[in-house]
Amino acid sequence: MLSNIGNTLIILNILVTLIIIYSSHLSLKNQEVKISKKIYDLSLAQSTISIVTFFVLITGFIVSDFSLITVFQNSHIDKPLFYKISGTWGNHEGSLLLWINVLVLFSYFFLILNKKTLKNYRLSTLIIQNFLIFGFLLFLLINSNPFSLVFPTPNIGLGLNPILQDPALAIHPPLLYIGFVGSSIYFSAALASLITDFKGKLFATSIKLWVSISWVFQTLGIVVGSIWAYYELGWGGFWFWDPVENASLMPWFVMTALMHSLFVLEKRNTLYSWVIVLCLSTFTLSVTGTFLVRSGILNSVHTFANDPSRGLYILLFLSLMIFSSIGIFLKKYKKENYDFNANSKETFILINNWFMAFFLATVLIGTVYPIFTEVIGNIKISVGPPFYNIVILPLVIPFMIFMALAPNIKWIKNSLDNFLPLTIIIISAIFLNVLIINFFKPYSIQSSLITISSLFLIIHTLIDLIKCLKKKVNLDYSRIVSHLGFGLLVFFIGINHNFSIENDFNLKIGEKKIFENYKISFNSVKIEEQKNYKTIIGLFNITNLKDLSQETLKPEIRIYSNPETLTYETSIKSKLSYDLYLTMSNINRSDFYNIKFQKKPFMIWVWISAMMIALGGFMRIFKSEH
Amino acid sequence: MLTKKVKKRIYFLTIFLSILLVAIFFILKTLNNNLLYFRSPTDITLNSNIKIDTPMRLGGMVKTGSILTKKDEINFIITDFKNEIIVSFSGSAPNLFAEEKGVIAEGKLRDKKFFIADRILAKHDENYMPPALKEVLDNNVK
Repeated sequence: MLSNIGNTLIILNILVTLIIIYSSHLSLKNQEVKISKKIYDLSLAQSTISIVTFFVLITGFIVSDFSLITVFQNSHIDKPLFYKISGTWGNHEGSLLLWINVLVLFSYFFLILNKKTLKNYRLSTLIIQNFLIFGFLLFLLINSNPFSLVFPTPNIGLGLNPILQDPALAIHPPLLYIGFVGSSIYFSAALASLITDFKGKLFATSIKLWVSISWVFQTLGIVVGSIWAYYELGWGGFWFWDPVENASLMPWFVMTALMHSLFVLEKRNTLYSWVIVLCLSTFTLSVTGTFLVRSGILNSVHTFANDPSRGLYILLFLSLMIFSSIGIFLKKYKKENYDFNANSKETFILINNWFMAFFLATVLIGTVYPIFTEVIGNIKISVGPPFYNIVILPLVIPFMIFMALAPNIKWIKNSLDNFLPLTIIIISAIFLNVLIINFFKPYSIQSSLITISSLFLIIHTLIDLIKCLKKKVNLDYSRIVSHLGFGLLVFFIGINHNFSIENDFNLKIGEKKIFENYKISFNSVKIEEQKNYKTIIGLFNITNLKDLSQETLKPEIRIYSNPETLTYETSIKSKLSYDLYLTMSNINRSDFYNIKFQKKPFMIWVWISAMMIALGGFMRIFKSEH
Repeated sequence: MLTKKVKKRIYFLTIFLSILLVAIFFILKTLNNNLLYFRSPTDITLNSNIKIDTPMRLGGMVKTGSILTKKDEINFIITDFKNEIIVSFSGSAPNLFAEEKGVIAEGKLRDKKFFIADRILAKHDENYMPPALKEVLDNNVK
């Protein structure tokens, strides 16, 4: 029943998409100034159908309709309702449907929110976007149909991977998808701009909002993913340089570069071709990331049941996208005259872009290189975190210095007159760093330099903020919040990295372990039955031997029944100044439990500053509305 | 004669290209120093080129009855049904680490028979097997 409705809706959606392409194409040729109401209606219908299709699938999950193979493979009657719903996008087929929804909704809102721009530019954007929608709908229908039937209808489902049974599943994928897939609209707009010769300032204004939206959601998606990894994977870190994380970071670098270059295009009407290149590469990188994750070439939590034909389809689609955009770009490319003064805001924004390009290149090489060696020489390798740390971290130092200085540089030509305040800021940053080392514990020169440059950025941005508030001028609050957030993020990650303490050891019930200032006593375990899992809860007392304060931590080992899986739940005590982090796992069903204990200073501030970066972007969205 | 503008451009391009080359060289060199090769016990036993003391990943099955837990470390044997290597590990073991299950250990060889691991890779569910590992085990069982 649901299968028929779903399939009908997908086919209907494909038809509507084709009609939109056809009628927009006709409308391109007529002389009317406005876009006809018919196209608006069609686009609205397309959005409605997509949303309804998605709700049909959600219904399938809620009522546990196991005749649908997707529901059968990823759900179970005993699963709490919340995870039945969020499980809809916790699998390949459902998430692809979510992907299409984002494509369609961005297409519709771009159409209705850009009424002032040139008709042919809007129509061309719509056509190209609908080609993308068509491609993904076809992929959905033929290869990854969430409404495929399984026969005979099974009575029970296989259940959702327990590691995904977490509240974060409800928000992490949708956030990332809005970021990732949202970038499709300026991919289409960039091609349309080349085709219809709609250039410069006006083009920048028309995509500004969309770049900000996708950037904010991409940022939030990455942050939520990191938080999730922090408490779920039980390793205590939040960034692993895992290929899948890299896949979300690569489009983020380009989006960030794009957001900055757009200022130049908007204010100075130059850098047009570069902006186009960035627009095109963002979505291309997003699809590349999807290809890497879904084809099963890489493996991680994000890899669902693999099927090589999926990878092949995405690869085909990706090459089509890349070649046609390169083709259009080269055909329409006109030489621009860049004449920048070396000491101007334009140059500094270009410096930002250079840094982003460097970070992107590093992460891209690290992610793709193992795939090449595997395909070419059947050599299996992986690239460890040290590679990224060695290459990227030193560059973060000058990056933050520029990040502090650039916003106050004037357009066109800047004069050097603020030398003294800068010296004072640098000296105070160095002084603070010396204080930290003196009072706590020394760390490496590189760490010192990173701390100093992050403090430089923080202080400099704070001074900007004070200036802003005093003069009551409408300066760039969104920039201040984001840059301040980035400075704080680097600062707290540095502190967290340098002052974390951790220890792994094996304990039997009733035993104690003394470690630095802490006494960890393993008091007891108790077993509880929950709705769809059994849990072993360990009771640990952590005593701080300095001030004799006590904390109780209760890590768990969960045994899920469907599918039968063990997971371990970290126990975390978060405070403003530090997190206590404890995991336990049983070793091969013996009496020994393997314990990991960590104290991580200022963990919560890492999240807060990362959220601040996104908050700045939010402020820009609402500012650009005016 | 080159005009001033052209000169400036050549100047700029030279600097740009040299920075680019240095950057790429630097990236690739670091990459090369930080590669982790995936090996099976048989690779290590048969291949004499494998250097001791370089970090690598060792994959195979945990041999039945081989896990020995002490206060600060866990000892076990990784086997690919043809050859085996003793592993010593101190760190946090994932829950799915158990006898007769697939495992990937990251660390260094002390000698051809003894491996010191500093990380055991968590897998995400009971049935999941990393493709690299699956291939090795499948070949040996045949």
